Amino acid sequence: MPNPKRRHSRRRTRTRRAHDFLKPKSLSTCPQCHEAKLPHRACLKCGYYKGREVIAVKDVL
Amino acid sequence: MRHGMANRKLGRKSAHRNAMFRNQLASMIDHERIITTLIKAKELRPQIEKMVTLGKEDSIHGRRLAARIVPDETLIQKLFTNISPRFVERPGGYTRIIKLGPRRGDGAEMAILEFVDFKFEDEKKAAAAPAAKKSKAKKPADEAEDETAEAKPKKTASKKAASKKAAPKKSKAEKPKEKKAAKKKSEK
Repeated sequence: MPNPKRRHSRRRTRTRRAHDFLKPKSLSTCPQCHEAKLPHRACLKCGYYKGREVIAVKDVL
Repeated sequence: MRHGMANRKLGRKSAHRNAMFRNQLASMIDHERIITTLIKAKELRPQIEKMVTLGKEDSIHGRRLAARIVPDETLIQKLFTNISPRFVERPGGYTRIIKLGPRRGDGAEMAILEFVDFKFEDEKKAAAAPAAKKSKAKKPADEAEDETAEAKPKKTASKKAASKKAAPKKSKAEKPKEKKAAKKKSEK
């Protein structure tokens, strides 16, 4: 079976993983209740989207 | 080659998938709005739109084609006499999808699929009306007589119920803010 010839240094491993991270979610503000919400989604705090009520907040689990 | 990749499989065998879509189409005709995953909503949209288009020209042939998909006479009747006539002027695009964000549990993106003329306020009133009726039923019978005698008091009652429903919501929305404010104060 093929095996690695040399051990990877910690630096090499960590350099490779330097780009492995989670990006922060981009959030927009609900114009109705000014709560942070996902863009292009209904606000689950007040149930509004595009200026009208689209969902009863209690329906959302 | 991307031949034969028109639709999503949704992790189901075709029979399972078709059965699910029939159920969802029936629910859509019945309730005019359904909450489902975004992917299912996107798959369902062309199907329900085709059914509405079938209903625009009311023919026995069209009814039978529709009944092949949703084998429920009352629902077909509703589609052909109630839903489709509302969209006679509209060349397609009878439904809209509103995204709701990830579901708790598996993180699936959820969405509302509804007809574009769906009035959320009407549904809200309808939900409030039975509750009002229940409270009336508990009270003496003279109020029930009012209900049958005049239509106006009933309307105002339902409006009151709606406003009542709206009021607690506002207070709920305000409460977290108050809590936050209190926290901030305590931190200071």
